[in-house]
Amino acid sequence: MPKEQPETLVSLESVYKSYGEVHALKDISVNIKAGEVLGLFGHNGAGKTTLMKLVLGIIGPSKGNVLTLGHAPRSIGSHHYRRQFGYLPENVSFYDHLSGREVLRYFAQLKGYNKAEAERLLKEVGLENSAGRAVKTYSKGMRQRLGLAQALLGSPKLLVLDEPTVGLDPIATHDFYITVDRLKSQGCAVILCSHILPGVEKHIDRAMIMGGGQKLAIGNLDELRRDSTLPIEIQTHGIAANEIHETLLQYHRSTNNTTDQSYQQSQTTQSLFVPIEEKMTVIRQLSSDHRLNDLEIKQPSLQEIYTYYTTKLASKPHQENLHG
Amino acid sequence: MDKIYAVALKEFKDGFRNRWIIAITLIFAVFSLGLSYFGSAASGTLGFSSLSSTMISLASLAVILIPLISLMIAYNAFVGEYEQGTMLLLLTYPLSRTQMLLGKFFGQGIIIAMAALLGFGVAALAIIISSDVPAIEVLQAFAWFIVSAILLGWVFIAIAYVISLVVNEKSRAAGLALITWFVFVLVFDLALLALLVGTKGDVDGQLLSYLLLVNPTDVFRLINYQIVNAGEYSGVLQIAQETQTNLVVLFGVMLAWIALPLALAGTIFQKREL
Repeated sequence: MPKEQPETLVSLESVYKSYGEVHALKDISVNIKAGEVLGLFGHNGAGKTTLMKLVLGIIGPSKGNVLTLGHAPRSIGSHHYRRQFGYLPENVSFYDHLSGREVLRYFAQLKGYNKAEAERLLKEVGLENSAGRAVKTYSKGMRQRLGLAQALLGSPKLLVLDEPTVGLDPIATHDFYITVDRLKSQGCAVILCSHILPGVEKHIDRAMIMGGGQKLAIGNLDELRRDSTLPIEIQTHGIAANEIHETLLQYHRSTNNTTDQSYQQSQTTQSLFVPIEEKMTVIRQLSSDHRLNDLEIKQPSLQEIYTYYTTKLASKPHQENLHG
Repeated sequence: MDKIYAVALKEFKDGFRNRWIIAITLIFAVFSLGLSYFGSAASGTLGFSSLSSTMISLASLAVILIPLISLMIAYNAFVGEYEQGTMLLLLTYPLSRTQMLLGKFFGQGIIIAMAALLGFGVAALAIIISSDVPAIEVLQAFAWFIVSAILLGWVFIAIAYVISLVVNEKSRAAGLALITWFVFVLVFDLALLALLVGTKGDVDGQLLSYLLLVNPTDVFRLINYQIVNAGEYSGVLQIAQETQTNLVVLFGVMLAWIALPLALAGTIFQKREL
């Protein structure tokens, strides 16, 4: 199926990777298309970095097939298609004695781009004023921006970013996502790995949640929400706790209020946790109640989905050994 | 080719910023000037004595210093990039591992070459100006000396790359580099002497002079003894005094000592997984 779609840029088919006795990845299959942003989430040691290394050809799979931009990637030769890779490793520290400009020019040269391209990116990540300084004088955020600049050299077709926003201030983070959105619209496939979940939701098309080297879940956020059966939260204003209709009481969770003020407020603000498929039924019923003056619907956040899937795996710990 | 050049240029710049180039050049200059002037102090005279004795002292000094300096420049070349994470990045670039290895070698090789040329060149100039030895003779002797010194430096850069690729930590690489230096500069000659004494000179002289060729530091000294036609070979080199080895062979051995460790480093690099 994946081979018939020309726009698939990355394809992994039941990929395994083990280091001696350690099974870093088990039976991973995933396709990433042009213009798609895949969020990759998981605890430390879940296999995210191994997956990224496989996609980029730094390591080879123990079993299964990896196809990146139409090639089985290998890092031995000087393969031309790797010009189209953009990679930001986690915690990379550059050559301390060189200036930011020299570092970026070096990387540009290795990728076959000229000095102008290096200058363009220095400007894009906002380093043009400190480009002449030695990298050892850079702050964490500036180093991260330099790392991003080298990943973005020459508008890559595949962008693999490991914790791209660590150390970035809110404005730089915002600018970064604008860049990602632009590349995405140009048909770049992006793998984005992050521990900071709240900001990421808006920018990913699909999320893949990993644990113990396995794929726990994959899909867009709506699919994952449905699949996880996490309830949505409906906040009502105007109806007091004791006035909730008896058919709706099953969804109501009383909250503990510590201060008087918030107690006053919670007199009329209630939270109902409703399964997704009953959302409309509940809303209809609520809206027929004339006391209701407002309602808010909160979807389960990426954080909640992530917690749901990662704790689900922890509850069945024996599966790992069966495969090993 | 332009990628090898890019890596070489970066290594060279790094060496410049590290002040390695300046430091090594100064060390070479100070010692070579000092030896030219004080070299004959042991025989009770001060000032420049003879070209050949100066060259012999220089060679004895260079044979200790150059391997040490080359190992110190180069032991970090790969393990350092693995540690700081740039190797992970470079392996995703359109750059082959051979290109990276050669680029580093050229870049750091030029550092040693420049330092030797400038540092020892100063001594050559000083001797030309202050002594009555014909300039052409001085230049000739120094040209041979500097070329062989550069080759010696390259040998140990290549060896350092092997070290840098077999270990996972910088500190280990540094330790191994020191041991390597110790073995080639001291232990090997002592072992040969022990063999000579232990067998009461009953070993085939031919065999021993071949054994000397195993050690690049001894080859370097043999080259320089032959060039200045030294009357008295010192220490363990006396073994080779009668059986004069052809200069071409000696230089060939030096080149082999560069090529083989480089090839070994390349092979290890290709097989290494992150």
